[in-house]
Amino acid sequence: MKREELAAKLLSLVTGIAPDVDPATVIPGINFRDQFDFDSMDTLNFAIELHREFGVEVPEAEYSRLASLDKCVAYLSDKVR
Amino acid sequence: MLSEFRLPALGADMDEGTVVQWNVAPGDAVTRGQVVVVVETDKGAIDVEIFEDGVVREIVVAPGTKVPVGTVLARLETQAPSTAPTLAPAPVGTGPGEGPGVSPVLVPESGVERAGERASAARPRISPAARVRARELGVDVGSLAGSGPGGAITIEDVQKAGPAPRPSRDKAGEGARESAGAGERAGGMREAIAAAMSRSKREIPHYYLSLSTDVTAAVEWLAARNASVPVTERLLFAALLIKAVALSCVDFKGFSGFYREGRYEESPLVHVGVAVAIRGGGLVAPAIMDTAQKPLPVLMEDFRQLVTRARAGRLRASELAAPSIILTSLGEAAVDAVFPIIQPPQVAIVGAGAVGPRPWVVDGRVEPRQVIALSLAADHRVTDGRLGAQFLARIAERVAAPDRL
Repeated sequence: MKREELAAKLLSLVTGIAPDVDPATVIPGINFRDQFDFDSMDTLNFAIELHREFGVEVPEAEYSRLASLDKCVAYLSDKVR
Repeated sequence: MLSEFRLPALGADMDEGTVVQWNVAPGDAVTRGQVVVVVETDKGAIDVEIFEDGVVREIVVAPGTKVPVGTVLARLETQAPSTAPTLAPAPVGTGPGEGPGVSPVLVPESGVERAGERASAARPRISPAARVRARELGVDVGSLAGSGPGGAITIEDVQKAGPAPRPSRDKAGEGARESAGAGERAGGMREAIAAAMSRSKREIPHYYLSLSTDVTAAVEWLAARNASVPVTERLLFAALLIKAVALSCVDFKGFSGFYREGRYEESPLVHVGVAVAIRGGGLVAPAIMDTAQKPLPVLMEDFRQLVTRARAGRLRASELAAPSIILTSLGEAAVDAVFPIIQPPQVAIVGAGAVGPRPWVVDGRVEPRQVIALSLAADHRVTDGRLGAQFLARIAERVAAPDRL
């Protein structure tokens, strides 16, 4: 999957979990938590969505690598075909 | 006999709502617990359940109409005089809803809850922010397929369908925390919170207690458990807190109930309300029904669904009216402790700060341990500090031993 394609997919997963967030306002380099109060429930839902969408099981210990859109893309690009 | 279906009060801080959509028409048979109407409030769109079986005779309030709590929304033909169903104590409102005109609010049994689920599945789920954006763009939400949780329509879905161009990147950066409609909803919600909290501070003589406790064993138990189950079955620490509060309410009377007209009444079942922060401002505290009886995995799934629906604006009237005690966790905000305000007519609220490593004395030595500060605000008209201290200590004991939750 191309980097842009992956980023777009991840963004739609994030705004699916947080339907009150306008995708056009999400800044890739800033943590979700700092941008729109993404909390532990949102992170869990995101991990569940990643599992559903890509079959990737992200261990709890690696949640910090999902903190922003840029970090997600870096973390997942070699895990997602 | 003819029966009136009125807009129920949804906790102490709601006094009006706008009928958005009827799921039933005259002639339709309805069953107790069925979601018959969607009402837009400061807390988002609320699914309102009917509280008795019958046949709809007349729809009184048309969609688009804003009405106060207690207004007759519809009339239905019912069988014999309604036998007393299992009702949550009707919340006492501050506004026009107060008094005998308010419909009782139903606490659904799991079976009837499913009936409501089916009824609501047929129409679009949409967040309040997305609904506002749809209105702005002139998009018919009925024509959209939602891509959000449970098929909910998101802002993105609305924008894709709408004619207006998206905001530019520059503008977007400035307004990262502002989403469409969030301000409008937050404004109404702010007023509702202000009314309820002012009333609480005027009327309820609060006392406050706090207790720090070592939860290292619970944190390790949770990490080990979550590492050994699929991602869909992971628990959050908050689930342990919710269950610990519920079980402690069974152990000690005087914390899970309602104070009305000078009298305290213990709630027959413990319904722990969970304070959920809404992005863009405000909060709601819907209940996990009959919390003490739920095994942790069931409780966690209910909690997850509840937070998702609270943020998507899809709560049920019964969930908003039911809480007999509230848990507010500010651990995410990384504060040490919370000193919360009771939401009337409840008589207690439990607070939780962040879990984190602190210096702790173990066997005469200082060690880094995982510590959480629990707090309790309770109503001095009902309990005293000594009982409150025992209650809080019991919650701490229960959290520290999660394998027994």
